[in-house]
Amino acid sequence: MDEVKITVRDFDFYYGTNKVLHAISLDIPKNRVTALIGPSGCGKSTFLRSINRMNDIIPGIRVDGKILVDDVDVYGSGIDVVSLRRRVGMVFQKSNPFPKSIYENVAYGLRINGLRDKRKLDEAVSRSLDRAALLDEVKDRLNASALALSGGQQQRLCIARALAVDPDVLLMDEPASALDPIATQKIEELVFDLKKNYTIVIVTHNMQQAARVSDRTAFFMLGKLVEYDDTRTIFMNPSVKLTEDYITGRFG
Amino acid sequence: MLRHFDREIDQLKELLLRMGALVEDQINESIRALLDRDSAIAQKVIDSDTAVDQMELDIDQHTIELIATMQPAAVDLRFVAAAMKITPELERIADLAVDVCERAMELNAEPPLKPLLDIPRLARMAQDMVRQALDAFVRRDTALARQVIDRDDQVDLLTEQSFRELLTYMLEDSRNISRAIRLTFVNKYFERMADGATNICEMVVYLAEGKVIKHSGHHDAE
Repeated sequence: MDEVKITVRDFDFYYGTNKVLHAISLDIPKNRVTALIGPSGCGKSTFLRSINRMNDIIPGIRVDGKILVDDVDVYGSGIDVVSLRRRVGMVFQKSNPFPKSIYENVAYGLRINGLRDKRKLDEAVSRSLDRAALLDEVKDRLNASALALSGGQQQRLCIARALAVDPDVLLMDEPASALDPIATQKIEELVFDLKKNYTIVIVTHNMQQAARVSDRTAFFMLGKLVEYDDTRTIFMNPSVKLTEDYITGRFG
Repeated sequence: MLRHFDREIDQLKELLLRMGALVEDQINESIRALLDRDSAIAQKVIDSDTAVDQMELDIDQHTIELIATMQPAAVDLRFVAAAMKITPELERIADLAVDVCERAMELNAEPPLKPLLDIPRLARMAQDMVRQALDAFVRRDTALARQVIDRDDQVDLLTEQSFRELLTYMLEDSRNISRAIRLTFVNKYFERMADGATNICEMVVYLAEGKVIKHSGHHDAE
């Protein structure tokens, strides 16, 4: 078994009185891609956003149980949410670059963390762009507006921005659902390369994408974790009938 | 852009080539066992067959995983389909090499019936065709594949010729029958190996051109 990066035990999540996640328990391995799949409203995105407490901004939420990143309870007392999110970065469905230059988008997180040294900033920006497989396409126009990039490039810019602050974990919420097949393929190849250095958790509506990019797959339904196993097992020989029905398109 | 899928395909190709090399060895050794009347070699070939079987299982597993996780399309799909069809051909060819060795061991227990002339030619031809079929597959070389397919007619002629000769030994003296029948079997095994090579070549044409040429009766159709 791979080294565990994120441990989830009996995790419940409530929006007010509405319980949307029921006793989720799973171990997410380090330097692997874990895909969360399931029909709309199954709780997979809520679960993803629970890992770096992105749900905190929603009023009336409540959690029970534990999510440990490197054995530290992210909902424990004394947790600095800002530093948690620095270690557990996030990429969203819709690319959301700031209306600034390409350079400033990537440097932003570093600047608010207090980095001022121009040379170090330059290095970090080009390293992050390189890791996000965008450097070659933008290196001659780092000062151009990020908004002038194509959709696929914007999404990779957002990945570069997330990588700039040097996280361990990258959460991706349908990172390719708004992209065409070529841009999607680039994101998928990127995900595949990034797992060498990062632990990745990805929510996707696209089961084929889960099959292609992930090592482990968790199938959610109505707020419950139905099955969690090696991706190959899930797609070749799942042990739960419900999983089989979902991935073969018999419902959902 | 090098796709992750390309790495998977390369891995599959590598597995197939390793299996192919093993099968070529098995054919070569079976020919030696027969011509040198060496039962130790024959036994070695028989024992090595489990390795070939294991490779077939590994490749099957790999191709099914590729389909499940990568949803191959177009030429990628044809490659995976070709791999799935080529593997059992190779496994069957290796089984035929084992059959040759079993007959060789039986033949070695008796004095030789006659100097073997046609069978070695047939054996080398079959061996060549298997090797060329694998080369054609690796290079996606449809010209070579078609050449191999065309050679199958020569193999059939030679098989027939060798059979007629063996028949004369049987008619001449009934004590020759058991050895002549065993040699007839050997004859047929090599002919079946060449058929296997032909089937692989048909898959190569399918892989490279998307054209189905088997059962068409005119293999050189452009």
